[in-house]
Amino acid sequence: MNALLDIRDLDLCLNARPPVRLLRRVSLAVQPGQIVGLVGESGAGKTMVGRVVLGIAPANARVTGTVVFDGRDITHLSERDRRHLLGREIAFIPQNPMTALNPVERIEPQMTDVLRMHLRMTRDAAHGRALEMLREVRLREPEKVLRQYPHELSGGMRQRVLLAVAFACKPKLVIADEPTTALDVTVQKQILRLIKELQRTSGTAILFITHDLGVVAKLCDHVAVMHGGRVLESESAQQLFAHPAHDYTRALFAATPRFDRPGGLLRPIPAALTRRLAEEAHALDSAERRDRA
Amino acid sequence: MISLAVWRNPRVAFGILVVLTLTIAAAGAPWLSPHDPLEQDLLNSFQAPAWSGGDAAHALGTDSLGRDILSRLIYGARAALIVAFVAALFAGLLGTVLGLAAGYFGGGLDAAISRLVDVWMSFPSVLLCIVLAAVLGAGLHTVVIAIIVIDWTRFCRVVRAEVMVQNSHDYVASAMTIGLSSWRVLISEILPNVAPLLLTLFTLEMGIAIVVEAILSFVGLSVSSGVPTWGGIIQEGRLYVNQAWWLMALPMACIVVAVLGLNALGDGLRGALDPVESR
Repeated sequence: MNALLDIRDLDLCLNARPPVRLLRRVSLAVQPGQIVGLVGESGAGKTMVGRVVLGIAPANARVTGTVVFDGRDITHLSERDRRHLLGREIAFIPQNPMTALNPVERIEPQMTDVLRMHLRMTRDAAHGRALEMLREVRLREPEKVLRQYPHELSGGMRQRVLLAVAFACKPKLVIADEPTTALDVTVQKQILRLIKELQRTSGTAILFITHDLGVVAKLCDHVAVMHGGRVLESESAQQLFAHPAHDYTRALFAATPRFDRPGGLLRPIPAALTRRLAEEAHALDSAERRDRA
Repeated sequence: MISLAVWRNPRVAFGILVVLTLTIAAAGAPWLSPHDPLEQDLLNSFQAPAWSGGDAAHALGTDSLGRDILSRLIYGARAALIVAFVAALFAGLLGTVLGLAAGYFGGGLDAAISRLVDVWMSFPSVLLCIVLAAVLGAGLHTVVIAIIVIDWTRFCRVVRAEVMVQNSHDYVASAMTIGLSSWRVLISEILPNVAPLLLTLFTLEMGIAIVVEAILSFVGLSVSSGVPTWGGIIQEGRLYVNQAWWLMALPMACIVVAVLGLNALGDGLRGALDPVESR
């Protein structure tokens, strides 16, 4: 089967002084309709992967490697071509619902912009579709929500609005950057269930970026574990949780609290391991520099 | 909703009152003023204001040539308001366009614009005014151009910084990722979020422009005394301050009240226009 999203040897370097390498030859594939979890601690580079795919990497970043979406190389797409792709075929669910909606604009235009632009809907048709979408994400009084400003909605409600926008054009791929991190636990659960449901009805593939292993276990078909800009292990979820191969994955599991084993001791990730990973990354960097020289 | 919130705030109410009074005075000067502001009456020079023993025909007294102060102040409001509005408008336009570009596109453009602003601000502004006056000749248009040329940097800096702050919010990334063009993101997403700030800056700038106009009139870089301006009246009154204190005090009071009113208005409107703050 041809992968929907195929990331090969993606490398990202920030042109700072000294240059900072944020991604080290990241390879990752997402099959159509699949949910792939991208796990790692803060600073592992998982958000950067999503940003590169969306084409919103920082301006001073140098990107090499290829990102193939639906059989087409989108690594260095022109802005015009990218605009046709974003929102229509690839959508984004941002991390923080508090700042992800324009604070001085009502909800309606923020939802209908994407419909009117990509599906060429009229104002009335877009209004009707927006109402329908809000019902699909289980928001009560959708008429009222459309007339409200973002600050009048709770965090969970805003995240629902953002979900509706992301799935509005039935995209082939949704990139979700920690969509539940800023929410409290009960709301998290509802949002996750909603994402799963929207994914099932639309057949969309999701690249799910998170540091929450519990979420990954519940949601994902396939998991990639990242650390220090590298993918350490990429496995089907079943395989990964049953037989974690990499030391770091095992350490990550040991550091995660579990409902099915309450009272079990949590072990922090050993410093020796992170030091070893940093040395490995460093050795790889210098080996590559030698190769190029 | 907005109008209610505005009136409940005493500072905004004061600001609106001041701006309204100024506007009415400026627009209706020919009908409101009791005398021709240029009409001389040498027999009645240096008359005190009506309340301290003057003649009721000249409510605020007369100057050295017997011209009616009240009429001159009313016509002065006209000059002040026109200068303030036009100068603030164009300084705002120029500064905002450059500030938006610098803050949004960043990189080399930002560096170029920011350096330009730095250099511009390090140049003594009074000197710039004198040079302009020498090139363009004294007059109200010189005052307006001088204020635009000097004060666009104020808008540019503030707008640039605010755009950078807004740019880091997720809603900008969201707008990009639904496929909006960067141009559209700038105009329809970021600009409305900068607008309340712009309004505040604009009213502050109008206050500054009134003061600058008075200063330039005072040093004689503005119009001849044929056109009454507040600064001009102060300058003429300076010579006779020992005999007739009101010649200086009254136009100064006008300037102070006008600037205070504009500042209060800008501050209050920012709150009222922001959907988060107006809750």
